[in-house]
Amino acid sequence: MKLTLHVWRQQNAGAKGGFETYEARDIGPDMSFLEMLDVVNEGLIKEGKEPIAFEHDCREGICGSCGMVINGNPHGPKKAISSCQLHMRTFADGDKIWIEPWRAKAFPVRKDLVVDRSALDRIIQAGGFISVRTGSAPDANAIPIPKENADSAFDAATCIGCGACVAACPNASAMLFTAAKVAHLGALPQGQPERYERVRNMVAQMDAEGFGYCTNHGACQTACPKEISIDFIAQLNRDMMRAFFTSR
Amino acid sequence: MKRILALYRSSVGKKALMAATGLLLFGFIVSHMLGNLKVFQGPEKFSAYAEFLRTVGYPLFARGQLLWLARIGLIVAVIVHVVAAVELTMMARDARPTSYGRPVHLEDTYASRTMRWGGVILAGFVIYHVLHFTFGTVHPNFEPGDPYGNVIAGFQSVIVAISYIVVMGVLGLHLYHGIWSALQTLGITSSELDRPIRTAAGTIAVVIFLGFIAVPVAVWSGVLR
Repeated sequence: MKLTLHVWRQQNAGAKGGFETYEARDIGPDMSFLEMLDVVNEGLIKEGKEPIAFEHDCREGICGSCGMVINGNPHGPKKAISSCQLHMRTFADGDKIWIEPWRAKAFPVRKDLVVDRSALDRIIQAGGFISVRTGSAPDANAIPIPKENADSAFDAATCIGCGACVAACPNASAMLFTAAKVAHLGALPQGQPERYERVRNMVAQMDAEGFGYCTNHGACQTACPKEISIDFIAQLNRDMMRAFFTSR
Repeated sequence: MKRILALYRSSVGKKALMAATGLLLFGFIVSHMLGNLKVFQGPEKFSAYAEFLRTVGYPLFARGQLLWLARIGLIVAVIVHVVAAVELTMMARDARPTSYGRPVHLEDTYASRTMRWGGVILAGFVIYHVLHFTFGTVHPNFEPGDPYGNVIAGFQSVIVAISYIVVMGVLGLHLYHGIWSALQTLGITSSELDRPIRTAAGTIAVVIFLGFIAVPVAVWSGVLR
């Protein structure tokens, strides 16, 4: 396969970036999208040019590193996968592919396709945890949890923090990410003592980081490689209302 | 008060205030539409309804007092709704300083994309509408105390009638996304209720649209004269 790539190149956070065009030759249909970029980079290195910087780690869809917008789709055109799980058979010979980084004020571009997602970490630090005395591990099943709650918590916990929700959102809002974290802990007994403090603090941090707000378009759940539902956003809203109108 | 202010400072709280005021204004729109439809019962019933709006609450309230109380409530709701919308829109503009080379459009409906400009059109319309039928400033031959005659005369102009119909389409779209969105923002939805609420919002939007355009269409086609 031969493809034409339009890739966002930006030297560093302060530099002005722009799209550069590259030819990707000898691309096999079984290559992953990242392997295709590796091939292009090898060519660039041989030519003495700087390779395209992109983030990657596990390459099996569970680490959340490999975020990039491919032809206007965060993680590419296929549903429920991250960029590393996208295979070149999705594209046809001669296709033009536009590749650019996540775009949000809270995600400054470090280089080319690499953005700084520390803002998400700071939202977690603001309340995405439970405070417990550590010691010997408690017995499994010592705390009974209804199956429904366990399932719901698990669905929320599949979030890999990749930031595709922010990238997809017309307002660059991090509501789906924050909601998944709030709903995950809020569904479990261990999360109850700090439940309302958590939602207040995490939303305050989300606002402080410069993310936008939620207009309920639902673009985030379409882009999410883990198919996290905007029902969790309704749950965050519900907890937020309670946090304001209860005494705690 | 402190809690309301804390609520207002957060983006989620601002949205909740928008949702609550939006639902309040939706309630007004429903009653306004029902009131309008009384025009089909003829001039006497229609004038009697207009009079009722001024005398309701008597003797606890003097003539027009309750009406003005309601008007003040609506004005406050509109102000909160609009100010929150403007502030949130600016927040969203700031959140993405560089736009995409290839636009990202996932899963949004025409209704959800047009909420902001639709809102601006509706705000402009409300001002025009009040000057048209309440104060009569921009009405060609306004007769105070003759609501029926004012409606008939007001819709004689084809341009006025058509623009009313178009704006009611904008209102329908705003309500279609707005009703569902408000419930989501207040945390009232759930996965089982999502479909039914969207369907209900769509149905309500169509009913409101038809209920409002019935009047200009009837005047224009000569059913009401």
